[in-house]
Amino acid sequence: MPRDSRIAAIVGINEYPLRVVGPGTNALQIKASCAAKALEDAGFTWQDVDAVYDTGTDQGIGGLGICEYFGFKPKVIDNTSVGGTSYEFHANHAMRMIAQGKCNLALITYGSTAHSDRRAIGTAGATGQGVSNMLNNMEDPWGLTLIGNYAMVKQRHKHQYGTTDEQFAAISVATRRHAMRNPEAVKAMTDLEFVGVREISVEDVLDSRIIAYPLHLLECCMVSDGGGAVLIASPEMARNARKKPVWIIGAGEATKYRENGGDITVSAGAQSAPVAFAEAGVSPSEIDILMAYDSFSITVMCMIEDLGFCTKGEGGDFVSDGKLHFDDPRKPTINTDGGGLSSNHPGARGIFLLMEATRQLRGESTSQVDGAKLAVAVGNGGQLGSRHATGVTVLAAD
Amino acid sequence: MAPLRPQPRFPESDTESFWEATKRHELTYQTCNRCNGVIFYPRRHCTYCGSDDTGWNVSQGLGTVYTFSVIVQSRHPAFKDLGAYAVAYVDLDEGFRIMTNIVGVQDPTTDIQCGMRVKLRWEDQGEGEVSLPMFEPA
Repeated sequence: MPRDSRIAAIVGINEYPLRVVGPGTNALQIKASCAAKALEDAGFTWQDVDAVYDTGTDQGIGGLGICEYFGFKPKVIDNTSVGGTSYEFHANHAMRMIAQGKCNLALITYGSTAHSDRRAIGTAGATGQGVSNMLNNMEDPWGLTLIGNYAMVKQRHKHQYGTTDEQFAAISVATRRHAMRNPEAVKAMTDLEFVGVREISVEDVLDSRIIAYPLHLLECCMVSDGGGAVLIASPEMARNARKKPVWIIGAGEATKYRENGGDITVSAGAQSAPVAFAEAGVSPSEIDILMAYDSFSITVMCMIEDLGFCTKGEGGDFVSDGKLHFDDPRKPTINTDGGGLSSNHPGARGIFLLMEATRQLRGESTSQVDGAKLAVAVGNGGQLGSRHATGVTVLAAD
Repeated sequence: MAPLRPQPRFPESDTESFWEATKRHELTYQTCNRCNGVIFYPRRHCTYCGSDDTGWNVSQGLGTVYTFSVIVQSRHPAFKDLGAYAVAYVDLDEGFRIMTNIVGVQDPTTDIQCGMRVKLRWEDQGEGEVSLPMFEPA
């Protein structure tokens, strides 16, 4: 049984509607726009925000720059920056600060113009410039791309467990199906000039070109523009929100590195998920909606296993029998907004996991699962094959 | 000619000894004198116990491919026209895992497997410069 205590809730969300913003809009403007609309969604005002969570990487001195830009003088500033899952870390931290009475309304923001900046995130490789340190001195010479980093994990997963490309492809297929039901995702794929904005088959995935063996194009996320805002409130404020609160009932965070003798197929989620589920008082089998960071097919495969939805190494069978689709009665359904693969990935995706989980638990998704009561958002920050963080946030409907 | 691939840059006090040794074609790694932990990547302290009492050792250069990817699309100027090339983690017999390239194969997508035995092959970067430790089938 999920625990009854209600200490913090998501009360407002806004996802920036465009994935190609073009010139004239910057990341900070995206954040401020989403913050205002999330406050509208929650029924609160600019003056109500008393805590700001942002990676603080866009301007000025960490959180100082972003707070000045917004015009907030918050009681709590948190600039945890651990890549794409920073936002699960932020939500979890906000829950704890609210529980301690340090703040009442926490704003999480994200904005990026990765597409318009023409950032080749997945294929650029290391620049070999900037500050010299242990990591870039040991890794820059080999020509590893970000996609190659994840591909190394997929390769080992295939070797260790016999997982097939067909099984990995099932993740892309389910996600695209959900994307085709989401008008913003369809517009995203259209604006980003995807070849074939339509549902895809396992064969389509396997026929798409290899970017970094063994990862195919259709196993890789898009590079879009975008952003969003999430508001987390105390129970007292949540009761006055415009919509039903979505409660944060469990939280866990962990990290993992390239280690001598380490198992690359096991993500940090194996550490953070048990903590989050124990706090929530739920088991993975009870989860209706799994919002798993789909930077690549392999990321989802590892999250499903490491969160305990199935035994380690059996993710291939688990994902390929259709249960991930929104209209299949079995649990869990994944990435109902269309995911990073087919809806939104401006470089970091963690905040969108929280937002779509919230939509599902409010009954607002374009691929709504009837009666969805429990969701989990699991992010992957950094790079799965070298160093990464995995934040897990368990959410419950009111 | 393609531009030089990214090189390690100095001064950098954690990895400079490692790269200096490559000029002598020595693949070096650290062990902890307090807890015997094998420390890699190089740094001043032991990652297992925090001790700064560590020592350098020279590897025999024999190991096993832990995993790899064959990079088909790279936009980096040094790599984009190279054709498909393999990046791997190799587990050295002494117990440390290094990121590297696998070379000396016809077709990297078919000729490399996880678990394959490999041996060190130095790729010199120029007179007086560091040498890159790569691996080929043993």
